[in-house]
Amino acid sequence: MKSIAQNTGTKVLDSFVTVGTGWLLLVAIFKQIPYSWKMRREILEQMHVVLIGSMPLVITTSIFIGAVTAVQGVYQMEGYVPMKFLGSGVSRSIFIELGPVIVALVVGGRVCASYAAELGTMKVTEQIDALEMLAIDPIRYLALPRFLATLLMLPVATVFADFFAVFSGFAVSVLTLDVTVSTFNEGLFMLFKSSDLFSGLIKSVFFGGIIGMSGIYFGINTRGGAEGVGQATMMAVVGTCLSVLIADYFLATFLFQLVFG
Amino acid sequence: MTEDSFPMPDFSVADPSATSGIVMQSVCKTFQNKKILDELDFVINRGETVVIVGRSGEGKSVLLKHIVKLLTPDSGKVWIDGQEMTAMGHGELYELRKQFGMLFQGAALFDSMTICENVGLGLLEHFNITDTEINDRACECLAMVGLSGVENKLPSELSGGMKKRAGLARAIAMKPEYILYDEPTTGLDPITADAINDLILKLQNELNVTSIVVTHDMESAFKIGDRIAMLSGGKIIHSEEISTIRETSHPAVRQFINGSASGPLSVF
Repeated sequence: MKSIAQNTGTKVLDSFVTVGTGWLLLVAIFKQIPYSWKMRREILEQMHVVLIGSMPLVITTSIFIGAVTAVQGVYQMEGYVPMKFLGSGVSRSIFIELGPVIVALVVGGRVCASYAAELGTMKVTEQIDALEMLAIDPIRYLALPRFLATLLMLPVATVFADFFAVFSGFAVSVLTLDVTVSTFNEGLFMLFKSSDLFSGLIKSVFFGGIIGMSGIYFGINTRGGAEGVGQATMMAVVGTCLSVLIADYFLATFLFQLVFG
Repeated sequence: MTEDSFPMPDFSVADPSATSGIVMQSVCKTFQNKKILDELDFVINRGETVVIVGRSGEGKSVLLKHIVKLLTPDSGKVWIDGQEMTAMGHGELYELRKQFGMLFQGAALFDSMTICENVGLGLLEHFNITDTEINDRACECLAMVGLSGVENKLPSELSGGMKKRAGLARAIAMKPEYILYDEPTTGLDPITADAINDLILKLQNELNVTSIVVTHDMESAFKIGDRIAMLSGGKIIHSEEISTIRETSHPAVRQFINGSASGPLSVF
C-alpha cells in the first residue's frame, strides 16, 4: 500500500519537475532568439528537415483526410441537409480542425522522434558535453534551430495540407459521390470565413512549438545508453500527441469563444 | 602501515584566488544517494601532467567533469588560475572553457560532420577567420596527431584509435592551456594505446600545456604522468611523483599498481 502511494507521489512529483524544467528550457531557448541570424544556416537546415522531409507524408495524409471527410459528409447529410453545404462542411472542418491537428500528429510524430533520438544519442555519447567544451552553448546550437524550425514550418505544412485535403474532398465528391462542381463550390465559398483559416494556422504555430519542445526536452534529458534513447524517443512522441490534443481543446475554446466568437 | 594510518595528502591552499593552476576544495557530489566525491581536495599545478587513477566507478570522470563544470558540485569550490569556476555565470564560464581542451572516452566526435568540420567547429564559432584559415588549422592539428588525409571522412569511417586522435586534434585546435583526457587508451589495442601515449607526450612537449589524465591503465600512467593521484572513496587518498610512486608504501596504491585482487581495496 505504502509503495503504491510512494510510486504515485514520485510520479506526480516527477511530472511537476518535467513541466518546470520544460518551461525553464523554453525560457532558455527564447533567450537565444537574438542569435537566430548567426544560426541561420542550422535553422534553414532544420526547416528543410521539418518541411521538405515531411511533405510526402503531409500530402498523402491530407489527400486521404480530405477524401474521407467528403465521404462522411455526404453520408451524414444525405436526405437531411442540402448538398450545397458539403463544400462548406469539408473545408471548414479541414481548416479549423483536421488540417492543423492531423499535420501536428503526423509531422510531430516524425520530427519529435527524430529530434529526441538525435539529441538523445548526442547526450549519451557525450557529444553535447563536447559542444560545451568547445564553449558552444547547446541550447543555441542544437535547440534554437530545431525549435524555430518546427514553430515556423508547421503552419506552412498546414497550408499545404489544407489545400490538398480540400482539393481531394472536392475531387472525391465530384468524381465518386455525384456532387456537381457548382454545388460543391457554392458551399465552399458561401460560408467561407478567413478566421477559420487563420485560427487553424494560429493553432499550428502552437503545435509546432509543442513538437519542437517535446523532442528537444526529452532528447537532451536522455539518461543511460540505447535503452535511454529509446525511452526518450517514446516519451517525446507520446508527449507530443497528448500535448497537441490537450492544447487543441484549450486553443479552440480560446480562439472560437473569445477571439473569433 | 595500514591504509587508515597512512596520512592523507595535504592539498590546503592559503589563498586559491592567488594560485595558478586548478584548486578543488571540499567538492561533494552525490548521484542517487551514492556519494561519489566526498569533501574532495585536490591541487593541479600549472605545466604538470597529473594522472588520476582509481578503480572503475570511483568517480574519476566525475572529478574531471567538475574541473570544467560539465557537472556542478553539490558543495565545494573549484578554482582555475585564481578564478572561482563554480561561481561563474554562463558567459564567463564559456570564456574560461576556451582555455580547455578535452578528449572524451569515446572521442565524442559529431557524427553528422566530417573530421575537418569537427576539428574546426570551435574556430568557426569563436574566431573571426576565413574558412580557408579554419581548414588550414584543422589540417595542421590533424597532421600533429598523424591523421592527414582523413579530413573529409565521417567519424563512422574511422577506427577507434583514429577517432581518439581526431578527438585530440579537436581538443588542441583552439590552442588550450589545459587538456583533459578521459580514459585516452581504454578500448584500444596495446600498440595503438602506446601510440596515443606517445602523442600525448608529444603534445605536452610541443604545446607546454597542463594535462589531467584519467585512466586505470598503469602502463600509460607511468609513461605520460609527472605525478599520479589515486581516487578512492570520493577522496584523493594519495598523490606522489612518478619517480617514487613505484616504491610507495601506501597499501591501496601498491595494490592498484600491482593489479592485485587482495588488499585494502575490496573487489566486491
